[in-house]
Amino acid sequence: MYAALWRVLPGPVWVRIILLLLIAAAVVFALFTWVFPWVDGIVNPIEVTVE
Amino acid sequence: MSDEQPEPSPARGAATSGGRRPVSVVGVLGEVLLTAGALILLFLGWQLWWNDAIMAGQQSTAASGLSAEWLEEARAARADDAPPAAEDYGDPVVAAASFDNGDPFAIMYVPRFGEDSQRRIAEGVGLDVLNSTELGVGHYPDTQMPGEVGNFAIASHRSAYGGGMHEIEQLRLGDAIYIQTRDGWYTYRFRDLEYVTPETVEVLAPVPHHPDLEPSDRIITLTSCNPLYSTAERIIAYGVLESWQPSTAGAPAEIADIVESWES
Repeated sequence: MYAALWRVLPGPVWVRIILLLLIAAAVVFALFTWVFPWVDGIVNPIEVTVE
Repeated sequence: MSDEQPEPSPARGAATSGGRRPVSVVGVLGEVLLTAGALILLFLGWQLWWNDAIMAGQQSTAASGLSAEWLEEARAARADDAPPAAEDYGDPVVAAASFDNGDPFAIMYVPRFGEDSQRRIAEGVGLDVLNSTELGVGHYPDTQMPGEVGNFAIASHRSAYGGGMHEIEQLRLGDAIYIQTRDGWYTYRFRDLEYVTPETVEVLAPVPHHPDLEPSDRIITLTSCNPLYSTAERIIAYGVLESWQPSTAGAPAEIADIVESWES
């Protein structure tokens, strides 16, 4: 999976590393902005009240 | 997570120079599982710190806005009348318990909880209140109102979702718990902490743990979860009303400067 990604990326090693960091940053941004808020509404709520 | 990817590749490149390496099912499965683990850790980081910090900022800003609105109202009212005589304000005014679920009717400010710890208190303790970007603290509907004889009981998150009671275990005897409403300021003094199971609703009774007794004190009860980052138990903080002053008298002197800074 990740090996295939590495092969697909163009350029020398340092270019690939920079590309990977950019991809990782984009993935984290998407997760924080859209995915995690959505998951948060689905997973078990955190209960703080006595009942 | 992706930072680690470059590492195995040079070795793999050396081993496979010239030929194609067959894709192994176990290898891909391993990568998927590692990725899933990293995603879960990342989610927890988002929930407990990133989103928590963002929501804390939103909630305190919303609380500042409402507080400033009430201060402004009080100033306008005071312009008509003479300023109230200092010191003796009589028994606290108690608002009628007529708020709908989700209505913000008070502000909580506990200096011990730190700068920008002010939060709106809304009616109800559902997730629509506790997980809200504007509210954050909820009032148990069947408990008393601020200043009323009995128990004004509120709940908030300890961690995540703005953590309105994140520092609850830091409270020390005599710490102030300020409650502002449209009517005025209620100063409660922290008395003690208690740790209970989540089913212990007796802490909400007018006389906590004694549902059959007639109350004579005006107390406040804060409930949150315990231990930090867990919901196994509940942490309860009790306080007793020390003083009350109408909104036309302004904020209590000890926090007047801080409250004024919320207006900007």
